[in-house]
Amino acid sequence: MNVNQHTPMAPPYGQPQPSYGQPGYGQPTYAPLDSGYPAPYTPHNGPASAYHPGIPPQGYSSFTSFPSKAMAANPISDPSSPLDLGPARGPPTSGPTPVQAASQYNQHSSGDMQNGPPPATQAPPRPPASLQYNPGGVNMSAQQPSFPQHYGPPPTMHQVTNQMTGMHISSGPPTPAGPGYAPPPSSQPPTSHYSAPPQPSYSQSHPPASSAPSQLPPSSAPAGSQQYYPSSAPPSQQPISSLPPTSQQRFVSPGQPQHTFPPSSTSYAGPAPPPTQPASTPVTQTQPPFLPHQPPFSSAPGGQPPAFTTGPPPPAQGSFPPQAPPPSSQPGSFPPPSSVSSGQYPSSMPPPQQPPQSQPPTYHPGPPPPQAQMPPTSIGQSNHQPPGPQGPPSPTGPLQQPPLQQGMQTGYPPQHNGAFGQPRSPQPGYGGPYQGQPNYGAPAPTPQAQKRLDPDAIPSPQASDMPPVQKSRHRIDPDAIPSPIQVIEDDKAKTTEPFTTGVRGQAPPLVTTNFQVKDQGNASPRFVRCTAYNMPCTADMAKQSQVPLAAVIKPLAILPPDETPPYLVDHGEGGPIRCNRCKAYMCPYMQFIEGGRRFQCSFCSCVTEVPPHYFQHLDHTGRRVDCYDRPELSLGSYEFLATVDYCKNNKIPQPPAYIFLIDVSYNAVKSGLVSIICQELKSLLDHLPRENPEMDSVIRVGFVTYNKVLHFYNVKSSLAQPQMLVVSDVSDMFVPLLDGFLVNVNESRQVIESLLDQIPEMFADTRETETVFGPVIQAGLEALKAADCAGKLFVFHTSLPIAEAPGKLKNREDKKLIGTDKEKSLFQPQAGFYNNLAKECVTQGCCVDLFLFPNQYVDVATLGVVPVSTGGSIYKYTYFQAESDQERFLNDLRRDVQKPVGFDAVMRVRTSTGIRATDFFGSFFMNNTTDVELAGLDCDKAITVEFKHDDKLSEETGALMQCAVLYTSCSGQRRLRIHNMAVNCCSQLADLYRNCETDTIINFLSKYAFRGVLNNPTKAVRDTLVNQCAQILACYRKNCASPSSAGQLILPECMKLLPVYLNCVLKSDVLLPGADVSLDDRAYLRQLISCMDVAETHVFFYPRLLPLVKLESGALPVAVRDSEERLSKGGVYLLETGLHLFLWVGASVQQELLLNIFGTPSFGQIDSSMTSLPVLENPISQRLREIIDSFRAQRSRYMKLILVKQEDRAELMFKHFLVEDKSASGGASYVDFLCHMHKEIRQLLS
Amino acid sequence: MTTYQEFIQQNEDRDGVRFSWNLWPSSRLEATRLVVPVSCLFTPLKERPDLPPVQYEPVLCSRANCKAVLNPLCQVDFRAKVWACNFCFQRNPFPPSYAGISEVNQPAELMPQFSTIEYIVQRGPQTPLIFLYVVDTCLEEEDLQALKGSLQMSLSLLPPNALVGLITFGRMVQVHELSCEGIAKSYVFRGTKDLTSKQIQVVPWLPRMPLHRAGRREATRHPSLFLQPIHRVDMNLTDLLGELQRDPWPVPQGKRPLRSTGVALSVAVGLLEGTFPNTGARVMLFVGGPPTQGPGMVVGDELKIPIRSWHDIQKDNARHLKKATKFYEALGNRSAANGHSIDIYACALDQTGLLEMKCLSNLTGGHIVMGDSFNTSLFTQTFQGVFSKDHNGDFRMAFGGVLEIKTSRELKVCGAIGPCVSLNSKGPYVSENEMGIGGTNQWKMCSLTPSSTLGIYLEVVNQHNAPIPQGGRGAIQFVTQYQHSNTQKRIRVTTITRNWADAQSQIQHIESSFDQEAAAVLMARLGVFRAESEEGPDVLRWLDRQLIRLCQKFGQYNKEDPTSFRLSESLSLYPQFMFHLRRSPFLQVFNNSPDESSYYRHHFTRQDLTQSLIMIQPILYSYSFHGPPEVSLAPPTHPYRVCFVLQTIAQWQKAGYQEMPEYQNFKQLLKAPQDDANDILETRFPMPRYINTEHGGSQARFLLSKVNPSQTHNNLYAWGQESGAPILTDDVSLQVFMDHLKKLAVSSSA
Repeated sequence: MNVNQHTPMAPPYGQPQPSYGQPGYGQPTYAPLDSGYPAPYTPHNGPASAYHPGIPPQGYSSFTSFPSKAMAANPISDPSSPLDLGPARGPPTSGPTPVQAASQYNQHSSGDMQNGPPPATQAPPRPPASLQYNPGGVNMSAQQPSFPQHYGPPPTMHQVTNQMTGMHISSGPPTPAGPGYAPPPSSQPPTSHYSAPPQPSYSQSHPPASSAPSQLPPSSAPAGSQQYYPSSAPPSQQPISSLPPTSQQRFVSPGQPQHTFPPSSTSYAGPAPPPTQPASTPVTQTQPPFLPHQPPFSSAPGGQPPAFTTGPPPPAQGSFPPQAPPPSSQPGSFPPPSSVSSGQYPSSMPPPQQPPQSQPPTYHPGPPPPQAQMPPTSIGQSNHQPPGPQGPPSPTGPLQQPPLQQGMQTGYPPQHNGAFGQPRSPQPGYGGPYQGQPNYGAPAPTPQAQKRLDPDAIPSPQASDMPPVQKSRHRIDPDAIPSPIQVIEDDKAKTTEPFTTGVRGQAPPLVTTNFQVKDQGNASPRFVRCTAYNMPCTADMAKQSQVPLAAVIKPLAILPPDETPPYLVDHGEGGPIRCNRCKAYMCPYMQFIEGGRRFQCSFCSCVTEVPPHYFQHLDHTGRRVDCYDRPELSLGSYEFLATVDYCKNNKIPQPPAYIFLIDVSYNAVKSGLVSIICQELKSLLDHLPRENPEMDSVIRVGFVTYNKVLHFYNVKSSLAQPQMLVVSDVSDMFVPLLDGFLVNVNESRQVIESLLDQIPEMFADTRETETVFGPVIQAGLEALKAADCAGKLFVFHTSLPIAEAPGKLKNREDKKLIGTDKEKSLFQPQAGFYNNLAKECVTQGCCVDLFLFPNQYVDVATLGVVPVSTGGSIYKYTYFQAESDQERFLNDLRRDVQKPVGFDAVMRVRTSTGIRATDFFGSFFMNNTTDVELAGLDCDKAITVEFKHDDKLSEETGALMQCAVLYTSCSGQRRLRIHNMAVNCCSQLADLYRNCETDTIINFLSKYAFRGVLNNPTKAVRDTLVNQCAQILACYRKNCASPSSAGQLILPECMKLLPVYLNCVLKSDVLLPGADVSLDDRAYLRQLISCMDVAETHVFFYPRLLPLVKLESGALPVAVRDSEERLSKGGVYLLETGLHLFLWVGASVQQELLLNIFGTPSFGQIDSSMTSLPVLENPISQRLREIIDSFRAQRSRYMKLILVKQEDRAELMFKHFLVEDKSASGGASYVDFLCHMHKEIRQLLS
Repeated sequence: MTTYQEFIQQNEDRDGVRFSWNLWPSSRLEATRLVVPVSCLFTPLKERPDLPPVQYEPVLCSRANCKAVLNPLCQVDFRAKVWACNFCFQRNPFPPSYAGISEVNQPAELMPQFSTIEYIVQRGPQTPLIFLYVVDTCLEEEDLQALKGSLQMSLSLLPPNALVGLITFGRMVQVHELSCEGIAKSYVFRGTKDLTSKQIQVVPWLPRMPLHRAGRREATRHPSLFLQPIHRVDMNLTDLLGELQRDPWPVPQGKRPLRSTGVALSVAVGLLEGTFPNTGARVMLFVGGPPTQGPGMVVGDELKIPIRSWHDIQKDNARHLKKATKFYEALGNRSAANGHSIDIYACALDQTGLLEMKCLSNLTGGHIVMGDSFNTSLFTQTFQGVFSKDHNGDFRMAFGGVLEIKTSRELKVCGAIGPCVSLNSKGPYVSENEMGIGGTNQWKMCSLTPSSTLGIYLEVVNQHNAPIPQGGRGAIQFVTQYQHSNTQKRIRVTTITRNWADAQSQIQHIESSFDQEAAAVLMARLGVFRAESEEGPDVLRWLDRQLIRLCQKFGQYNKEDPTSFRLSESLSLYPQFMFHLRRSPFLQVFNNSPDESSYYRHHFTRQDLTQSLIMIQPILYSYSFHGPPEVSLAPPTHPYRVCFVLQTIAQWQKAGYQEMPEYQNFKQLLKAPQDDANDILETRFPMPRYINTEHGGSQARFLLSKVNPSQTHNNLYAWGQESGAPILTDDVSLQVFMDHLKKLAVSSSA
């Protein structure tokens, strides 16, 4: 509804845009033009953020006992939201449930909208409790600032000022929304980038949106505004822009999304105005594609917008709205959301997109520019809400169309798919453009075309464009379906300010986005990411939606240098303050009552006395006076110093020990492995983890070599020579010595070096090929037991342990079992021995890291049991060769040895009443249902926790979770790391769908599925995944999307990538192995995934493919989608999966480029076996190597560079990672899968 | 005619044999009536510097179950070039090499003076001697240093080609690899787990030794990494010993260190078994305390639970005793089967579990040495004594000895008592009546010294109604095959003969042929052997009964008149020996720990006659300002030598008189016994414990317990008289003993 209203407003570019932007991400489309990036991002984030804003209010209340403030905020937001946001969001999320949408939107809108109304209200509330309120305010826009304050006491003043600034700003323009959305930052920047022109136009309409910016202004309005909105953004915007700089920190993510919208709107304005577009046209074009994508799937955003309904499209929409609009309308509808993004992307995206762009342009090129934003949005809407709104939207769409077009196409296609089935007839014409599938395209095209044509004049241009594109009409145009790249880039563009965690239920930027985090009461997304930031209130809802409720927790994650690691809190001898009943640790959610003498647990509601030494008075708001002095009262993540009560056997733990166990059988020696390890250890031992870089590490080390027997080494410092102690009785392992086995590196350096020098010599002539494995771990375990400490074993192993000993294995690899019901047995350990051993290891705090160097089957499924159960890692180097694999191995080893790690850890996740952690995924061991025991926990390990309802949740209080990890630090200190997380709860499904994170969902689903293969046939597992996904989307379609033809595929904005990602999971080697994938590889991957965090799973399932163009500039080229179609024969591409790194060289690359990269002008002369690029003194080479290095630095495992020449044999392997294509093993292409998914959804709906 | 005394001495000097009876009763019944069985003490390798070994193979009787060696007693037909076996009467042709034989050109083995002859034979490869040190590292630092020193010293005494090995143990057992450069390698075994021989073979690089001979040859070519020629690893081993650390595992308060003696021995035995079966080898175990874990555990590691005492054993309260004993017995048998001997050097103030471990040495002919500390000259010198050399510069030790006894038809072998194990060789010479280790006529003595002596018990088989005709002679042939310490294989053959006598008519002759010293020792061995398996009092009773029966048989007395009792000269000392034997630690466990008893018994059953006798009846030398020392009475039994300084003299000594020139003679007086003691110390093995004490000193008890308790509370009439203070003991005095003996001997009811 709102949208509609806005749309009217919109006519003026500015207004409409904002509305779109807010409602549907549509606005963003505009943004693209001037602020290409911002817009796109905004769209995506926008919705989320926008919603968040709404949520924040609640959050505030919950956070601080400032209900009043929260209330205030809410009201404000609401009012504002209805105006601006309402419409915007409404459209996207729930066409069908306008009401819900509205309400939700309101909230969101509050953020986004920030329209006039809110400002006032907001302003007032903040002033009162400036300091305290800040937090509250922070939630909105000012919150951010406040948080910073939280951290530092001093901030108060600043905060005030900031807030004030924010206030002012907000008050000025659309205040509430603006600030709340602080996001403006993101949008702003983009805007700035983009042409000013749009802004001006928008400024008018956008004021609300700009409001966010307005907030900014106070701080540094001029500069910021100039850059971002200067030209484009009207005065109001300028302020916003100004905000970004200053407010960036504060506003960060929450506001950003909303802001982005505004900016986007502004941007749109820019784009809208034809003039601006021209300049950015290319960009816009590219954008369009993206936009479209969004719309179709995220139809919610765009589609819902009443605007669409209002428009002519409505009728069409019903059936084909999407289709018809696709070209034009889509752009319109999507444009708003997507277009914005597209707009933003343009700058960044352009390059990659350009190729596709050509098509898009053809489709909508015309429309987009001229038609201005309005049309696109409408189109988008139409798509989503085909019926009523579409009509109008479509017109608007047209404007945006240009950018949208591409997006639209993509977006529409899906719809077409669905829609085509029904009313395709009209589409025929369009069918061409869609190229895509005849099925979809054929029928749908015509209708769409018609519709499009109808709705906008744009259609015509589009139509004209379409034809060319249509070449491959039969199929869905890959560009028309949701593009991960688009989403990623949108999010990047949108995120320009630090993400503050104070706002409850606010989704953080995507993992692919670089952003800074300000801890304001919730754990940083680097520690905790949730699948849904708006949990359904009831189990029924949860069941209905099938959206998994889970959190991915990476308790010891390393923060970037500019973020403060968790503070260490020492509560003295009494230990941490805890709730008497549920034992939750003191955290910001605890409510102090009775003047501070007691506190009420927010998890279980139990009231506990405050120990005298911890007593503090409360201020008039009920908050402790020392709130900001104490991390545990103001931050989401912190650490407690544990007392002796938290130690095993009530004894202060000994410093941990590292034991290196090296296979010295024939294979290991021959491959050079042994000497490599020994050589490396000499220097590596100086880099053992330590807490104080000034001090020596207190970790002791020990060495063991083994083949069929074990050799321990006495490296006591008093010895002139090391002594070797051979244990041949492997049937009953023991440690032959204590004193002298585990030593301090510095004290025994000479002896150790002598040892490491001699080991390779000693075994140079060995002929022993048999190895043991079980006893090796037992040996390490016994050593740690004897020394009474926790520690880590580094096992370097080469072969299947067939020597007579406990844990002896036999070769059971049987390819015939693959695909049968017995396949699951291959993932299960062969012998129970290792399970028991793992249990013992966990009890002792013995973590095992396994480095495998197999030349044949080694049964990773069994060997991996202990590492996986003890929180260790497995590294596998098949066919290890010193020359080519040394680098990778050594880098992995270095990192593994050096990385921060905790030992003997126990993790417990406590939740507020209503939900409960029911399942855990990762590398750990569980003795009971609640305690996750980790013998070792390093900074790369993530644990995925699934939550289930056991009662109703309340929207007011939201849902809280507290993850407490008790561990022994590398210096032997016993500590508790606490991560707190609060999320919103919703009674409307639409809210749920609006505020979830697909990457995290995929992380959960993949872990869930990969565990499932242990007990179920892989086929069943795949089917389950597909079903769940279909149910999620069907539920959305049924309950949240505006009514539309069953033929349309409508995806929630937040989940529009779910199908593509899910397809990647389904196609992974674990679930759908190719003929050349060994059982070991599958088991390895299965175990590897189980402890990956979201960023890792994301890149693993959807690899990053970078075209190497324009390397000279500082920024990374924009990635392209993982499809062979995106590869140009004349290009060079870099593909990374987190495990692999490929450099693909097209067959007809320019000589110059080859010269620059490889130092040879001839394609034929490139040595495809090279593992590192030649060091050449030219910018391209330097930059490329920099990029590769930076990629490697980002990942926990070193990626070996594999050079793939086009048409080379190695290309097969490379193609395996082009996940949008059909895979050799039978995996569906993205398009096919989408169709399949659509079919499934339709079945569910019918 | 020489006296029997001289005859006996001559025989002993030439053949190393002492018979209890030098005339043999002609029937079984008569023999039984003599009480003391026909038996002998045989010292197989008695040192005979005057006996050059011959360099050829002995000539054997061709009868399959005889195989007796040609000897001076054989009838030889020089013309026919045949000889008749004097045991089976088989006529055998001489081998071709004896073609030139004639009455004037006789081979040595036919000459009467060569009743004992030694052959050097070429059989099998000559394997070097093997010494495997098994060293306890749970010692006090001081002890360990001393031990390390002794071990290093011993390396210099070994022949350069000898193979040496080193196993150390504490909580774990480490087998050290000796040939490695750079890193010192050792194989480690858990001290709590009994390893089967097979498991030990798992040790890689251990040449796989099939038990047949081919394997042994291979073994020589590829000596195990753990047993290396001393000349190659001298430096390594010296360093290794130098770096030897005390067991690194912490010993908590109130606990004994965990000592895996059992597993260490098991590994040692297994190692030799796997590498050098049937080769002369010596496992030398050095322990500083009792085994406290794993198989062979003698006592737990809780200090509050003391090690078993005789009291515990009698009450059947020694938890680990049976199990440990069984374990060590099995080990000893395995080792013996492979011809390896085990020495035990136990130095600790408390017991070390010798009771359980004694069979290791007893079965394999190894030494047992017991001391207080490795840091004493007792140990160092004793240890050096092991490596003492004879006049040829060869070690006084031999390996892998097999003694076979052949007898003429009238005799059969009942058994042997000494450091040997039965080879279970059944044959015509074997009696069904077992005494000692019987049921065989072959015994294996894994290790021999020139003084190793077996008690051999025989039986006359002729029935009373078919006695051996007068003038007949019985013969016994001892064939001892062994590996000389210079690695030569040798065979020593001793053939002796004695006349048969009719006990009815020639009882005087027989009586006068009685060798009371030999008889005392032989009876004592029987007693000790019984004491191993029977209750102490039963053994004493048995001994008493034998003594009384002997006195009844040979005494001259009137019935029921003790005063009329007389014994002939040849038996006169026998009761006194028995008296001392009864009181000796070989049979009495009072005041001795189980370990000590085992120790004494071990030594008693292997020493030659003289030493044995001294151990039964100590000799006490007294010194005064006047005249040469004279033997006054029994000195301490073998292991102890006490220098007892009288009270008065002690006071002088304390006053420092000996340092004053005017009391020069006093100093000499003090020095004299020490000098004598040193002489004795040098000739004895193991080195006796030398205890210097004074009147009233704490160590005086050692002396007082050994001397004749002529004054005790049993004869208080002496109290307060000039004879000095009574010696407090439960034992009766010799006088009382003799009185009782006489009474019982003359009693008709006995």
